[in-house]
Amino acid sequence: MISDLFTMTVFVGILASGIRLATPYLFAAIGETIGQKSGVLNLGVEGIMLLGAFASFYVTFTTNNLGLGLLAAIIVGAVLGLMVAFVNVTLKAEQGISGIGFYLFGLGISELLFQITMGTVETVSGFPPIYIPILSDLPVVGDILFRHNLLVYTAFFLVPVSWFLLNKTTLGLKIRAVGENPEAADTMGVSVTGIRYFTCILGGVFSGVAGASLSIALLNVFQQNLTSGQGFIAVALVYFGGWRPFGVLIGSLIFSLVNALQLWVQIKSLPIPSDIAIMMPYVLTILALVIAVQRVRPPSALAKPFERGG
Amino acid sequence: MQAIFNKYPRLWRVFNLLLPFLATLAALAVGAVMLILLGENPLAAYSALMEGALGSTNALADTLVKATPLLLVAVGICIAFRGGVLNIGGEGQLVVGALASTVVGLAFPDAAGVVVIPLALLCGFLAGAVWGAIPGLLKAYFNVNEILSTIMMNAIAVQGMNYLLRAPLIDPVQLESASRIPQTARLAIAFDLPRLIPTRLHLGTGLAILAAILVYIFLWRTVIGYRIRAVGLNPHASRYAGINVPRYIVLALLLSGAFAGLAGAVQVYGLHHRMFTDGSATGFTGSAGFNGIVVALFGNLHPLGAIPASFLFGALLVGANKLQRVMQVPSAFIIGLNGLVVVFVVSSEYFKRRWAVRRETETIEKVPIACEAEEMT
Repeated sequence: MISDLFTMTVFVGILASGIRLATPYLFAAIGETIGQKSGVLNLGVEGIMLLGAFASFYVTFTTNNLGLGLLAAIIVGAVLGLMVAFVNVTLKAEQGISGIGFYLFGLGISELLFQITMGTVETVSGFPPIYIPILSDLPVVGDILFRHNLLVYTAFFLVPVSWFLLNKTTLGLKIRAVGENPEAADTMGVSVTGIRYFTCILGGVFSGVAGASLSIALLNVFQQNLTSGQGFIAVALVYFGGWRPFGVLIGSLIFSLVNALQLWVQIKSLPIPSDIAIMMPYVLTILALVIAVQRVRPPSALAKPFERGG
Repeated sequence: MQAIFNKYPRLWRVFNLLLPFLATLAALAVGAVMLILLGENPLAAYSALMEGALGSTNALADTLVKATPLLLVAVGICIAFRGGVLNIGGEGQLVVGALASTVVGLAFPDAAGVVVIPLALLCGFLAGAVWGAIPGLLKAYFNVNEILSTIMMNAIAVQGMNYLLRAPLIDPVQLESASRIPQTARLAIAFDLPRLIPTRLHLGTGLAILAAILVYIFLWRTVIGYRIRAVGLNPHASRYAGINVPRYIVLALLLSGAFAGLAGAVQVYGLHHRMFTDGSATGFTGSAGFNGIVVALFGNLHPLGAIPASFLFGALLVGANKLQRVMQVPSAFIIGLNGLVVVFVVSSEYFKRRWAVRRETETIEKVPIACEAEEMT
């Protein structure tokens, strides 16, 4: 029975949707990687994603302009990133707890605004797929890799870009220095606070776009708790990926493929309860963390506020 | 401020105690701005809040009922914090505790209450302990960050709850009806926790206060409690003192989960008398698993401090519900406001440290968080 269902078309379909579904994970986890590299743990990614998803959806819905929608997610993400930076860096709050606060804030306020402004679930026409010339005509590979929308390509493009930023630029060196040894970086004249504000805002923007990728590119709807834990999984993916963009890429793909499979299972109504199927990514996250953390060490100053002369 | 507090150390202590209130007030002020933006009158809103929380015997009783799970979770959070670990998994632990206790009640519908109630509470306690021990073991022996693993355990618990309440445990009546609301049958009335006065106030509140006192004695008057605190303050020194550090990390998270699990059992037997779900954790828990963390911070991470802190936070939540009903603001407003309170309270710790009186006897105890157990194992 399983073999009947699992034809070549299904196989291609699952892989292609796996690539697509990696998009929110990639945006959020790459942003979080850069933030954690500088020593800031932002656990509020989920909340920022929700607000970004709502903002971009609402603006797109009312103006019918995808560019403005994306801009809205970027602005919302940047503002929230600034708030995260103020709380975690300037006020030196316990980052594990403040993140939960930001999550609840985003969860509640996105739902509140949704109910006030719209009330019912609507749809928009999101970013259309762009067929890459020639490549998209390739058999199998073309379907899987080269028929996606702009945000999907951007997310994958971010992986080498962020790798380059972190490892080959002066700014990247400063980010890593601030995350490994803020005292030394401070002595060398690097502004620990400045760098961390920068990475928090950048991470906020990426989280906001991650939300937008769900609401105006992949699902094209907004509803309560649209992100359903993907922001938290993205934070875990940073650990899983060993704080390396390409590690995050591998983790994101594993998770998005599991998601694609799980959606397929739900559609095919195989004899697996959907609640149990939804549970699987979380179980997988824990197992993945057990395997992953044996290999790599987190940035030394992760989640530790910097105290000059302290 | 520093100079003033140095001159008047007593003023500092008052400020120290008042700080979480000030933070909450600040969060409410931001909430008021949001209400204005929504076109509501914030003064009317917040007077509804006060009245809803403290205005009548019923309101007071509701506040205490709301405070009960918060206090139990907070007491557990105190143990975890003192042991140097951060337990974000209260939501999941509460859910599994509630589920386990519900199963006990459903399994023995004809047994006597005096037998079933203690057994159910015990099972809730144990289920929460298991749910807390898993991240504890992962932290102590596999070096898995407990913040992440407890968040994942929350999600797993919620999905498990949704599954159980939609299929195996669903109320037979709901199974017949078209709506199929995912909830269990009402537990036998004989299993209701005794009510204290003719309100919704139940014995669970007393139990929670007792738990807070016992945990205080445990942490500060027993060897095991001492070791948990030692590991939290300095895992390196503890190891050289011969303490098995990983074991006490597990114990801290296990106990922390156990009290959250007990909170879940108390919610079922004292308040709801059944288990239900709206698909999210919040539907059943009311975010008590997260709010317990805030209550613990309010109470300076001391089990006895958590008693008044939970009352205040319970009042805030009951009042906020009233506000939402009177003003007809969507209930999502409360979740968002709740998040603001968390952010403001945890941020206010900054002023505690910044203006701490620099005298040996007056320095606040440095709270051990996020210990570097990776170097210990």
